[in-house]
Amino acid sequence: MKAQETSERCKEIFGILSQYLDMELPPASCQELESHLEGCRPCIEFLESLRKSISLCREYSPSELPMPLSEEARHELKKAYDKMLSAREMPAAPGTADADLSSRTRSSTC
Amino acid sequence: MLAKTHLDCQGDKLSLFFSKCVSSNGSGAKRGILSATIKGEESRLDRELEIELARRLLAGEDRAVEHFVEHFRAKIFHYSWLMCGQREDAEEVAQETMLKTFESFHQLRDPARVRPWVFRIAKNVCLTKRRKSIFAPNTAQEISLDELMPSRASRDGRMKLEIADWSNVPEDQLLKAELKVELEAAIRTLPEIYRSVILLRDAEELSTAEVAQILDVTDDVVKTRLHRARLAVRKQLDERLRTAKTEVAL
Repeated sequence: MKAQETSERCKEIFGILSQYLDMELPPASCQELESHLEGCRPCIEFLESLRKSISLCREYSPSELPMPLSEEARHELKKAYDKMLSAREMPAAPGTADADLSSRTRSSTC
Repeated sequence: MLAKTHLDCQGDKLSLFFSKCVSSNGSGAKRGILSATIKGEESRLDRELEIELARRLLAGEDRAVEHFVEHFRAKIFHYSWLMCGQREDAEEVAQETMLKTFESFHQLRDPARVRPWVFRIAKNVCLTKRRKSIFAPNTAQEISLDELMPSRASRDGRMKLEIADWSNVPEDQLLKAELKVELEAAIRTLPEIYRSVILLRDAEELSTAEVAQILDVTDDVVKTRLHRARLAVRKQLDERLRTAKTEVAL
């Protein structure tokens, strides 16, 4: 019966381990989780494997690198920047107010 | 103040040295899991560098264009390579993203937000590219939490999880190199909604809120998808570690 109860609690814990590792859990849930961990070796082992897996993801650098940028592509980018600078000097047309990420609408294309 | 705990599992090197509990006054709550590592420091410097580059570009300093492209092009290439699957597509997405970024650079109000802003553009360029592709796979696939739970066995009246021995990860460099190949495969096989979250949140180290804004979803959706993506990756790595152990035993 005790093993059954432990297993149920483990399942609940299982769903919030990432939030725990990211320190995004509210204090009460966090303390509950830690008191469970103190008495549950399987959960500690699992948590450790998850932590190491995340660590590998964070250290990950892909094996493929982009090809060197061609002169033509480089020129195209510089031209886009210069054009943006020139347009910025011009008075903005009505209804074309600037916007950053936070103020964009959800249908925005960038 | 963060509470300190030490749950040491004798001899297994399984230790939790610091509690991950959010402090009751809320301060310091968002520190990441590996914020004190070298990678964390590199990441912080990376962000400082790109913010400075964004400031210089907004100030009209065209010498910053080259550095900005050098810094972001590789990042976008890596993201789109794992999102789109094809090298050529990733090259195109990286160039198109850089182009759109410069065309609309004046719209960036806060240089501190340059990374999520560029990645939002990249995400949209990737989406457009994938919509045009006849090979685009189904992206709405969900992963259930149950299928990610490890099996349990009862031995000597005690519950035991059927998981690999992770004690040499990531200290063993050979093992780490092998796992890198497996990790890449694991990320590639994730359904797109999970793949984008794990790449942005863990590989690019963007915050939950930033990823939510990039992907047009809520913070809770990011947390749910991130957890499932991490569990799926962990599961695949775990299987690889168990196979490796069997191979050594043979």
